[in-house]
Amino acid sequence: MPFQIEILWTDFLIFVLMGSILAFGVYTLRHEHLRVPWRQVARRPLAMASLVILCAYVVIGLMDSIHYRPLQDRQNSGEPVYSNVELSLLDKVAMPLRARTEKTYSAPFAMQAYTKETVEYPDGRHAREYPRLLYGGAHLKNEAERGGDIASRAGTATLAGLGFWLLLVGGFLLIRQKREETLAQAAGRLMRGEGDIPWRTVLITVGILIMLATNAGYLSLTYHIFGTDQAGQDVFYKSLKSIRTGLVIGTLTTLVMLPFAALFGIMAGYFRGWVDDVIQYVYTTLSSIPGVLLIAAAILSLQLYIETNPESFTSTTQRADTRLLFLCLILGVTSWTSLCRLLRGETLKLREVDFIQAARALGASHATVMARHILPNVMHIILITVVLDFSGLVLAEAVLAYVGVGVDPTMNSWGNMIVSARLEMAREPIVWWSLTAAFVFMFALVLAANLFSDAVRDAFDPRLRK
Amino acid sequence: MKRPDAIRILLLAISFFASSAAAASWNNPYPEEDAGKNILYSAFRERPKTFDPARSYSSNEYLFIAQIYEPPFQYHYLKRPYTLIPLTAESVPMPIYLDKQGHRLPRDASPEAIAFSVYEIRIRPGILYQPHPAFARDADGRYLYHDLSPRDIEGLRAIGDFPHTGTRELVAADYVYQIKRLAHPKLHSPILSVMNDYIVGMKEYATTLKQAHDEIAVGRDSGVYLDLSKFPLAGAEAVDRYSYRVKLHGKYPQLLYWMAMPFFAPMAPEVDRFFSQPGMADKNITLDWYPVGSGAYTLTVNNPNRQMVMERNPNYHEESYPTEGEPGDGPSGLLLDAGQRLPFIDKVIFNLDKESIPRWNKFLQGYYDRSGVQPEGFDQAIRFTSEGDTDVSDTMKEKGIRLLTSVAASTYYLGFNMLDPVVGGYTERARKLRQAISIAVDFEEQITIFENGRGIAAQGPLAPGIFGYREGRAGINPYVYDWAEGKPRRKPIEYARQLLKEAGYPDGVNAATGNSLSINYETPAIGPERKAQLDWMLKQFKKLGIQLVVRATDYNRFQEKMRKGDAQIFDWGWNADYPDPENFLFLLYGPNKKVGENGENASNYDNPAFNRLFERMKNMENTPERQAIIDQMIDIARRDAPWIWGMHPKQFLLEHAWMSNTKPHNMANNTLKYVRLDPVKREELRAAWNRPVIWPVALVLGVLAAGALPAIVTYRRKERARRR
Amino acid sequence: MIGYIIRRVTYAIPILIGVNLLTFVLFFFVNSPDDMARLHLGVKRVTPEAIVKWKEDRGYDKPLLYHGSKPGMEKLTDTIFVRHSLKLFVFDFGRSDQGRDIGYDISQRMWPSLAIALPIFIVGIFVQITFAMLLAFFRGSYLDTSGVVLCVAMMSISSLFYVIGGQYLLSLLLRLWPISGYDVGWDAIKFLVLPIIVGVISGIGASTRLYRTFFLEEINKDYVRTARAKGLSELRVLFRHVLKNAMIPILTGVVVVIPLLFTGSLILESFFSIPGLGSYTIDAIHSQDFAIVRAMVFLGSVLYIVGLILTDITYTLVDPRVRFE
Repeated sequence: MPFQIEILWTDFLIFVLMGSILAFGVYTLRHEHLRVPWRQVARRPLAMASLVILCAYVVIGLMDSIHYRPLQDRQNSGEPVYSNVELSLLDKVAMPLRARTEKTYSAPFAMQAYTKETVEYPDGRHAREYPRLLYGGAHLKNEAERGGDIASRAGTATLAGLGFWLLLVGGFLLIRQKREETLAQAAGRLMRGEGDIPWRTVLITVGILIMLATNAGYLSLTYHIFGTDQAGQDVFYKSLKSIRTGLVIGTLTTLVMLPFAALFGIMAGYFRGWVDDVIQYVYTTLSSIPGVLLIAAAILSLQLYIETNPESFTSTTQRADTRLLFLCLILGVTSWTSLCRLLRGETLKLREVDFIQAARALGASHATVMARHILPNVMHIILITVVLDFSGLVLAEAVLAYVGVGVDPTMNSWGNMIVSARLEMAREPIVWWSLTAAFVFMFALVLAANLFSDAVRDAFDPRLRK
Repeated sequence: MKRPDAIRILLLAISFFASSAAAASWNNPYPEEDAGKNILYSAFRERPKTFDPARSYSSNEYLFIAQIYEPPFQYHYLKRPYTLIPLTAESVPMPIYLDKQGHRLPRDASPEAIAFSVYEIRIRPGILYQPHPAFARDADGRYLYHDLSPRDIEGLRAIGDFPHTGTRELVAADYVYQIKRLAHPKLHSPILSVMNDYIVGMKEYATTLKQAHDEIAVGRDSGVYLDLSKFPLAGAEAVDRYSYRVKLHGKYPQLLYWMAMPFFAPMAPEVDRFFSQPGMADKNITLDWYPVGSGAYTLTVNNPNRQMVMERNPNYHEESYPTEGEPGDGPSGLLLDAGQRLPFIDKVIFNLDKESIPRWNKFLQGYYDRSGVQPEGFDQAIRFTSEGDTDVSDTMKEKGIRLLTSVAASTYYLGFNMLDPVVGGYTERARKLRQAISIAVDFEEQITIFENGRGIAAQGPLAPGIFGYREGRAGINPYVYDWAEGKPRRKPIEYARQLLKEAGYPDGVNAATGNSLSINYETPAIGPERKAQLDWMLKQFKKLGIQLVVRATDYNRFQEKMRKGDAQIFDWGWNADYPDPENFLFLLYGPNKKVGENGENASNYDNPAFNRLFERMKNMENTPERQAIIDQMIDIARRDAPWIWGMHPKQFLLEHAWMSNTKPHNMANNTLKYVRLDPVKREELRAAWNRPVIWPVALVLGVLAAGALPAIVTYRRKERARRR
Repeated sequence: MIGYIIRRVTYAIPILIGVNLLTFVLFFFVNSPDDMARLHLGVKRVTPEAIVKWKEDRGYDKPLLYHGSKPGMEKLTDTIFVRHSLKLFVFDFGRSDQGRDIGYDISQRMWPSLAIALPIFIVGIFVQITFAMLLAFFRGSYLDTSGVVLCVAMMSISSLFYVIGGQYLLSLLLRLWPISGYDVGWDAIKFLVLPIIVGVISGIGASTRLYRTFFLEEINKDYVRTARAKGLSELRVLFRHVLKNAMIPILTGVVVVIPLLFTGSLILESFFSIPGLGSYTIDAIHSQDFAIVRAMVFLGSVLYIVGLILTDITYTLVDPRVRFE
């Protein structure tokens, strides 16, 4: 085999998460009463547009979660030897971006370096000037060609994107076309936005995304569209790589804390008495410790573990991945308490409700009552918390990076980008692109997540539903 | 009662806005009443740990205490190479050499014959300590504050809370007292281990003091006064009121350099006694926070949470600005104040400012008088002339900002752990591997990208300006550089690849096993700010096909790994204590290993030939013979390549037009007394640079107001519709 | 009522013991006394003897929790935990590992923290309520929708951007206030304006949106309709009735953070060099000064618990139906 699949811990958990989301989806589809609120979500154009954007992020994140080790050139007595660097599918796709590092800073779409350097001419003359970049705009002869070249490439990319999108829309229409309808009628129905689900919005969003993607993809073959950072790496590539970090922190954290929060919260509310006292004691104690300190201590102790067991972590990627996982765990520990409290309160109410009393009277065991009767009835609270927490966690990553207890410094993340970019603000001329890129990517994700979670909350919160 | 308060606050707010509108610059961080005063403004990044001269050993502490404590010697401010001159002493003494029996030996006696060296230092009479409550006496001559009861101490918060102060003449016994303090069991002086080897009787003295201390302390951990005057130390004794004698084992000319550091500053026993009273430590009134000396300045405010203030010492002895310097100093205006009485500045205010960006911007706005160059502000500040020299950029030149550069007596390097089976060892394979890596890690590029040229690539362990350092062609490291077109040129990467192949790792793959070579890189750089540098480092090793595993850890873990010798390649550096090659070359001396010996030789390099030469070289005077030995040593080290000789950082200091008399000095720290500033000029320029820009705010407010209009219209319409 | 408070306070004690023990274990798991000694003694020329002495001086040479070789009760009492951590319960914070009196430092640094946290809190609530009322007033209109979207957008921006942007724009480009720093007395105002503006703006999004729902909930209630039917103008209805009733969930929600205002803001304080308790904590974590970290955690927990008790009391004050059990 030309490669060896390598599953990192977070990769594994991501796929577990994807699996459970799929299972949950299938389960929902089979149960009418669960489908109702989702249908309500699907009717909101803004929510659906956000969902499309979220999906785009998830696709990139997933691509970045399939890791492998490429085969080394040299083989030793027929035994294949694999490199000790993990690459992801995204790295493979974005190889041109990854490989083409400049010497240091360059502005977006620049073809010359950002700082002057002493250049030596063959005749021994020295001059301070802006040297040409190794890759950015390297195919051009001079500065004058640049504007035209960018415009023509952007035009080509947009056209290609448009064509692709039209194909997509056509395919969609073919599927959606009713039996007695012509294609034109179906298109008209779509354009007027008829029907429950705002397909028009969805398709427009998809169209915009495709156009952006083709433009970014095509232009970044010849330019650094978001410039390069201090070590000459493409900022666009860094931003793409950061997507996975953001998603992992936003989702895995809730995934790891969910079982505990649900179990303890329901148990406390259901059993009351000393169980309740103990659980309340634990979560009050945990939540009264300032979160940053807890995280700092945990991250430092993980570092200690890694240092004492270096043989388990052969590559930089693995070390960074372990730290990321640990960060998720500890963020989970600091954030489970609020959900636990909510669930406890809800369970306290539920246990007095008739059907639960009836189930108890019929001799159902405690475990059955909790799992079959209480859990499904608090599911909406869990769901709302999960979607609401997501954006908060993505934002928290940046703050932790500033405090110095965020993800590994070798890992790409928006937090790391922002923290290192804040020093660039004092340069003259100012280096704004790293900060801007991190801002744009982060803002789009968090905004989409917030808008989507709003819709979910509106649909599931029984108080608002009436 | 509420109303008057509210009115008062309102009035104050109004008057504040009125006054700030009237003032030219709103962003002035200092009180109005300080405008135009002869005050130097500076910043500190972190609270200094201690100001006790027996313990303090870092530059951010020396910045303060070097102005306050006066050791017997100092460095000449202007002369280069660094020259020792007397400060409180009458002269820099020549040692007397004795043999084992105590007979006097001639000056040129061989080092082996010298059993003891004796330095007799005579200090100038009439020098007074700064005013301090520890010296305050009543009419009968009894000390006012030496027997404070817990009640007396209860109300105290700072040293300024004592109403009376006094002073006393500086005497030789104070110097002896401080030398004794180096062995004090509670102080853990960092140089005790060095001095144990040299000062006669020091080791035994530490044991004696420990016993004596345990007897009186009986379980208390503060407020114990151990009167060191009662315990004689053979190696340090006062001869008369103004002279004292230090006796050393063997020959150790470097002692004079140590005696220019605060470790050897005078300490009055009264002061020690005063601060050792029970209960004082609980009030933060300790020697760690309140230095007492005879220097040009006194520390009057020490609030490590916000601000530290030094003021001119009213009792400062006669000292004048040097009248001679290097040839260029006259034309550049450094001798204009020759012979004038020091110090020039009345007050120095240090504000806590942690983030580098605000610090830099405040400098540009004129609110700090001097600034080191931040890498971030570099392009703004510096431009390169066609000769490749550096100068300030045109915008800064317009502001009158000057740039001062000097190569620091420090070295930063990447060390190889010589105990490691892969990168360490003294075989040809390991040597070639190290040499190949040394070529691949392009420190010239590192300096341009991350240091913006603020440094020079190192050719060996010695920093420029230190005896033994060689300039030009003779000074290059022939294993990494070629000499081409009058300057060193790094050998091509192909040559490094060839070396790597010869070492048994063609293209970075172990020829024997087929595994690619993977090396761990230890660094204490854990902040995300360092990501770019780590990426760059990965890139350097990739040139050879070597996998670099970055192990960024927090500082403690890093230190621990270094002590255990678990590292392969690591970041390290050294700031010289004194300008002598011994202080650099001992970093490679075998018996000074980190592992096992806990020394400063972090790469655990141990080459017998090098060790032998080092032992010969260390106590020699700076003669051509010493140079020859150093050349040999450096060649051995270059061939073994235990370090990737990294860089010697260049210090860039920017100062505003109103400053004068600044000349960077890498050894001396007591330089504030020489500096002068022109407050009137500063006031004018600050006002010109800091006019607030108000129109955008007005614009935003206007837009907001305009935006509110449609809302009001809508409301009106709605109300009308409802009424109807 | 008083009985209830006493009961709540006694209930807090086991929680504080738990907090104390947990921080203790966490910190010493990461940080051995040897590490602390090394960090404090500096880099150059540190001998093993100096480390042993440093630990002895500060009592870190004892075992962490259990001293096997001592007789009787001293097995438990002659330990780092008992020697260093238990005194906290009488608010004796002891001295930091650097030798400074922590209680004094806290009392000094509390005021700068309050000086930014309190105005941010008060101005923030005022601004948020105003905006929320505006949105509620124009509910359903285009203004409302765009306002909500703006709120969501503002929520989606990392707080670091607000700080960096605010500092760059207002201080550097417009030169309106000093970039960073602090001073005592009224001179502090010019340093405080910028962090307060940044703090208030970064908090607007989330809270305004939340408060808007509170207002909308009230607006749809029957008594409001009655009031409106009586012919009261919309504004009067909003101020007289809706505001009063919507304040209940708002106030009970914010009471819990009031005591925590003392501990300050981590990011604002370190960006603007304000010598408050937030930057004190961060510095202590960085320099691994366990004594300070422990003190700050303890203080934070106490204040949090006070906040919880205050919340409960507020509930009963604003809503007489809630009874103490």
